[in-house]
This record gives sequence, structure tokens and C-alpha cells, in this order.
Amino acid sequence: MANIPSADELKKRLQDNVIYKSVFRPGSIYRKGYRDTSRDRALAAMNNVLYHLHPVKVKRHGLKLTYTYCLGGTSFFLFILLTVTGIFLMFFYRPAAGAGSEIAYLDMQNLRANVQFGDLVRNMHRWGAHLMVFTTFLHMARVFYHGAYKPPREFNWVVGVILLLITLFLAFTGYLLPWDQLAIWAVQVGTSMAGFTPVFGQQIQFALLGGVEIGPETLLRWYVLHVLALPFILTIFLAVHFWRIRKDGGISGPL
Amino acid sequence: MADDPGIDQETFDKLVAEGQPERVARAKAKAAAARKARAADASAGNGGGSTGDGGGETPEQVQERVFNELVEEGQPERVARAKAKAAAARAKRAAESESKPEPAKQPAGAGAGAGAAPAAATTGNGANGAGNGAGVALTPEQRQQRVAAALAARTEGGPHERTGGPETKYAGQEHTHRLLAMVPPTGIQQIRGKQDDKAYTWPHLLTAEFVCLMAVTAFLFVFSALAPAPLRELANPNVTPNPSKAPWYFLGLQEMLRYWHPMIAGVTIPLIFGPLGLIAIPYLDRNPSMRPERRKFAYMLFTMFLVASASLTISGSFFRGPGFNWTWPWTDGIWFTL
Repeated sequence: MANIPSADELKKRLQDNVIYKSVFRPGSIYRKGYRDTSRDRALAAMNNVLYHLHPVKVKRHGLKLTYTYCLGGTSFFLFILLTVTGIFLMFFYRPAAGAGSEIAYLDMQNLRANVQFGDLVRNMHRWGAHLMVFTTFLHMARVFYHGAYKPPREFNWVVGVILLLITLFLAFTGYLLPWDQLAIWAVQVGTSMAGFTPVFGQQIQFALLGGVEIGPETLLRWYVLHVLALPFILTIFLAVHFWRIRKDGGISGPL
Repeated sequence: MADDPGIDQETFDKLVAEGQPERVARAKAKAAAARKARAADASAGNGGGSTGDGGGETPEQVQERVFNELVEEGQPERVARAKAKAAAARAKRAAESESKPEPAKQPAGAGAGAGAAPAAATTGNGANGAGNGAGVALTPEQRQQRVAAALAARTEGGPHERTGGPETKYAGQEHTHRLLAMVPPTGIQQIRGKQDDKAYTWPHLLTAEFVCLMAVTAFLFVFSALAPAPLRELANPNVTPNPSKAPWYFLGLQEMLRYWHPMIAGVTIPLIFGPLGLIAIPYLDRNPSMRPERRKFAYMLFTMFLVASASLTISGSFFRGPGFNWTWPWTDGIWFTL
């Protein structure tokens, strides 16, 4: 028992091998330990994914909570939260409906009754979606009142409006999936409104419903939109949105 | 041996008698005295003898000669003195560059030290000859005398000092400054505005963000644990609920449908005030100011948009009952499901 290695030796053994070194870049704070120096503060942002979201240094007014109210960040975080909870829900849900075999609705009931934390995660997914719509809208209002859409940030405002629309559409497509009375009649109202679009309103309605009226095809269509197509498009626009924040010189200045 | 270069009284008297101003006479007399003293030094047996003066004149002699010439030409005395000094300095520099690369002049302290130095130093100088020796090859005694003379001249003060002994510094002899270039103010880097006050993202921003996200998560978690999300009975296309409502974020639209034709309320207005109008904002609003007091019109319009959206959504959510007719929530109840 005499040769029990000390904590420092263990750490050295852990870090002095080819696997550890291949994972953590030279200079990484995970490789050499974090000390509260200017260099390590910079490396904390530079050596991970945050480098693409945040610069190493930010303007001090951007730290003020009452300037941004963290609304954009909250919206993005809710998107991540919704992705995680949504993936959980996907394990227990089949987007199938039809006379005699209402699988989607039965899966919802099963999720609530029998799946561990199923009800909680579903609630979080549902309320989180509403909250995300709300914070995105508030984020837009905040950006307007601060004049943050002014040059050079005009295009990022446009991207932001697109993100808001995609967010609304994501929430709306999710609304249908439980396949209960609330879902199908809300969608009935919504698609009827879309049907009044000039020139190609009927085509839009047909594409959304997968037919002339709401049915099992609609459910599958909206499921694919909700879990695959729209998150994919949203992610691309989010990347552009964040990239443009960096390229346009960070967040806007104070009033 | 004239210890004190002082002034040559004889010359002075003569010049005064000639009607020269007393100042000029004194200066010339002093120069004459210095000349005499040097002549005496030379005759006292200084083997080197060379003062490094290529033209056979010492700088002092040059100065005096030039001064006299200029005064006789009718130049103002001030100008003449300045030019004479310059000529002397030129002569001295020429002599130095001819005799040796190092300046001949020695500080007074060094001179005194050399005076106390053993004779070996002097013999060394003598052996190396004019090419290598001090510009003015002097014996230690002579150096001492010079230093004494220079100090005496300095204590006298006044014009004597400036035109006086061989150790006197003339303007331009040393510590010469030359103007190399004129730098226009536009060439210097101009910094406009305040420099950004920046903080490290970690920990300042990321900590705040982390706390914010944890708060959102906690809120959502607690809310979800307490409030169950709605799940109605199985979808039935044959049974239409009354009222039939869209999700809350579309209830403003549904509310408008009560007032206008679907073509206007359902498509035209939301399309114009919605995506297209919002997208156009930065291209229509060319006002560069970010200050609220200078953006009154923009603030007004956008606030109207927000208030209209909120009013329509609230009225569609809480004030619409069966048949999407108007109800008062406090008497008829609320028909609203998230």
C-alpha cells in the first residue's frame, strides 16, 4: 500500500497520455488547468464552441442585464431546451392517426401515464414553446426600441424576423401533434386563414394539409416539419443570426 | 605668461580713442589679450604647437577677424557677432575633423584631472603627434592655466564670458539640434470617439448568462411541475368545439377576422404589418439616431403596432366565447386554452 499515487501524480498520469492530449488542445484550460489570468479568461472563450458565439471580450454595456434582458439568449436557450425535451418525446410518440387506430393520441396518453417523467417533459416542451414565442417577440421589441436594427445591422433584423416566423410556425406545427380536439380545430382555423392567401392560397392549404381536409396525412406532414424541416432551417438562420452579430461589431451600443 | 586673458588695456584704450563703442572695444581688447596669451604659450615651448587649425588661425582669431570685417562693412553689431561666432565654430569643426575624429574640447574637470596626471600622458600625446594627440596639445600646466582662465572669465560674467577664453562654449558648437522634418497634425494617428470599455466574456458575461438560463430553466421546471399542459379528448372531425380557437399567438388574427373579410384580415394586414412590414423597417427608417427623443415617430408607430397586436390577442383570447362572440370574462367565464 505504500505506492498509492498522490492526487498530483494521478492528475499527471491522467493528462500525460496520448488520448487526453488528442482531445484537449495545447493551451486549453482543460489541459493545463485554469488560473484566473487574462490569458485563461481569453482561452475560456477561444478554446471552445463559445468562440463562435461570443468574442473573447465584450463591451461592458452589453453585460448590463437591463439592456438586453437576456431575451435573445433566453430564446436560443429555450430552443435548445425544446430540442432536448422534444427528442425525449420522440422516443414515445408515433405520428399516426386514422379511424380505428389513433396511435398518436394513445401514445400521448401513454406518455403522460406510464413514462417516467413523461408528463413533466411534455409540460416543459409545451410551456417552453409558448415561452419561446413570447421571448422571441419581446426580443424583437427590445431590439426595435434600442434601434439595434440600424446600420450595419439591417440584415440581421431581417434574419431575426425570419426566425420569429419560423418560431411561430414551429410552435404551430407542434400544436397539432397530440391529435386531440384542441389540436385539430386550431389547425383547422389556421389553415383556413392560410387558404385565403391571394393567388396560390389553395395550393398552400393543400400542401399544409396533405389533402383537401385535415387528416392522417396532415399529422405526418406536420410531424416532419416540426421535428426535422423547421428546426433544420431555424438552425441555419440562427447560425447566420449569431454570425452577423459578431460581424456587425457585437451587440449595439447604448441609447 | 598671461594668466588672465582678461582684456588688453592698450587695445581697449586705443579703440575707445578711435570712437568705437565701449562694448566693442572691450570685446576686441579681450580677444587681443587672448591672442597674446596664446602667443606667449606657444613661445613657452609647446612642442605640439598645432592647434589643429588648418588655415593657421585659431577659431577665436577667425571670429575676431570676421567680426571686424563685418562691422567695417556696416553690418549691425549683433549680426556681425553672430556671424563671427558661426565662422569660428566652422573653423573649429574644420580643424577638429582635420586633426582627429574626437572633439578637442575637454570638460573643465577632465582638464584638471589631466593636469594632475603623470607626465606619461603628455609624452604619449607627443609621441603620437598631431594626428593622434589632443586637438590642442597642451602640457598639464597649460591646461591648468586654461581652466583657471576659463573659470575666471566665467566668474566675471557678462559679455566677457561669451567672447572670452578658449574654453568658452559657443552656441552651435555642441548639442546641436537639427530640424529633421515637419510633421503635419493630420499625419498623426487620430483617435475619434471614446475607446470601448471592454470586459472578458468569461467570467463576466458567461456567468450572467448562466444565471439567467438557470433561472429560465427553474421557472419552466416549476411551472411544468405545477401546471399540466392541456390534452383534450381524441380529435373528432365530426364534433366542432365551440368556440374553435387558434393558438394564442394567432388569436389576434382570428380576432381581426371578426371585423374584416378574410382576404384583408387574414392575409393582407398580417402580411403587410407582419413579415413584410417588419423586414422593411431598417430600410424605411433612415434616421441614424438611436436616442428615443429623436425617434418619436418610429417609437409611436411601433408602439401602436405592439399595442394593436396585444389588444387583438387579448381580446381574442379572453373576450371571445361561443361562436367567437364577445363575452365579458368576469361574467361569462373564459374560453381560452394555451
